[in-house]
Amino acid sequence: MTTESLPAAAVHVDGVAREFGAVTALSGVDLTVAAGEFVSLIGPSGCGKSTLLRLIADLDRPTAGSIQVFGRSTEQARLAHDYGIAFQQAGLLPWRTVRANIELPLSLHGVGRAGRRERATEMLDLVGLTEFADHFPDQLSGGMQQRVAIARALAERPSLLLMDEPFGALDEMTRERLQSELVRICAETRAAVVFVTHSIPEAVFLSDRVVVMSPRPGRIAEVVDVRLGDGSRNDALREDRAYFEAVTAVREALHGGAATGLRGVETR
Amino acid sequence: MTAATATRAGLVTRWSHLLAPVVLFGLLIAAWQLVVELADLPAFLLPSPAAIVDEFTAFWPTISGAAVVTGTNALVGLVAGALVGIAGAVVAASSRIVDALLAPLVAGLAVVPIVALAPVLYTMYGASAETGRQIVVAVAVAVPVFVNTLRGLRQVRPVHRDLMRALGATPRQVTRQVTVPTALPFVLTGLRLASSLAVISAIVAEYFGGPRTGIGSFITTAAAGSNYARAWAYVLGGVLVGLLFYLATSALERWGVPGPRRR
Repeated sequence: MTTESLPAAAVHVDGVAREFGAVTALSGVDLTVAAGEFVSLIGPSGCGKSTLLRLIADLDRPTAGSIQVFGRSTEQARLAHDYGIAFQQAGLLPWRTVRANIELPLSLHGVGRAGRRERATEMLDLVGLTEFADHFPDQLSGGMQQRVAIARALAERPSLLLMDEPFGALDEMTRERLQSELVRICAETRAAVVFVTHSIPEAVFLSDRVVVMSPRPGRIAEVVDVRLGDGSRNDALREDRAYFEAVTAVREALHGGAATGLRGVETR
Repeated sequence: MTAATATRAGLVTRWSHLLAPVVLFGLLIAAWQLVVELADLPAFLLPSPAAIVDEFTAFWPTISGAAVVTGTNALVGLVAGALVGIAGAVVAASSRIVDALLAPLVAGLAVVPIVALAPVLYTMYGASAETGRQIVVAVAVAVPVFVNTLRGLRQVRPVHRDLMRALGATPRQVTRQVTVPTALPFVLTGLRLASSLAVISAIVAEYFGGPRTGIGSFITTAAAGSNYARAWAYVLGGVLVGLLFYLATSALERWGVPGPRRR
């Protein structure tokens, strides 16, 4: 568990708890995510990983403790557009074209037409959807919709990206392709990422550190340092010995953390 | 070539879709005429279509004038009732207390036969004013518009709400970008349902008295004077007004929705 408090930390979580009535969703959570670092939150259903992400995004407030994003309160960070966010559902506005969906954050924050257009064109290129710019979301596959959602999250060049199981609803092949794409995009944008997932291989492939959580009450059981292959990740890594060792380490951390609560964790 | 064939096939289907009901309607009218002639039915039982059309053309100036009066009443009531229904739904969607207060009232309004109020309203607003009829229409219209609008406002998806909050959108931006586009198709469907109701209420309200100006008044007058074919001709005028309202609101429903849900 890291508790050092760097001024440049993207996210600093300090003694956070969240209770819903009598249910304790999170308790005593401390976590620091450095700028540019990729951190995954993994754990069985009900371990509070999505709750933690929502707290960081200021979509919910903790009942105890404090969270800082780039040294500010989560509300200030949200209103200053410090982070981009992607959910499990793409959540695109069906009455807007792909391009207009990517432009949404920019137009809400008063970026001019030319600036929006230019940025959306860049983002479309980044996620490889240039030829679908004028399609509507309903005309796209689930994987393509999720890529649009990621492009939208990145449209304002955030230095922090919050992702709540963005690939959870996709098939395994699409998922691996999007993971590789995300690694490439992160290398280009140098954004810090907090990534919630159910999948051990996904967490290991993507992350610098994997935060293993356990349920009832939701807390951090262990933090596994991964940092595979000097930052340059590619598909060859998926067959690397270090990759399998890290997968094993995370799996053991999950088992050790909660012998009873392993439902909902994908070990494939 | 295949595209051209496909377009032609599409056109054929579209025409057959349009044509089929027209042909059916024509056959029904022909059957009606035939039955009246062969069975030699008395006019008070069922006048023949030909007789109705004769009366319709002969009394066209009166019928069209009456249709304008009834149509105006229906339109004024429709607009007023829709505004009240939409405003009520917006308030009910934003406040749980108001919703709890309004729900039984709306349920009550939906059950009460509104046109029964017409005679009371005539005495309130004077025998020569159309106001009573317009109020009857407005009350009848407000209910379906309210119900549909409220349902539409509740369709906003949690993920969209989270997204707009994460983006730090102002309440006004949330309304403009998410709430209105989500609710709009429901509002327009409510308007389409209400449009038929508006015309029916406007006509039926005239049965209960008031100035003898609209379609409903003339139907009662003609029927009371044993001019059965003429009464039917006025009914035909009422059908045309109803059709006009329905087509206008259907077009609005179809074209007023942004994005791919058109067509």
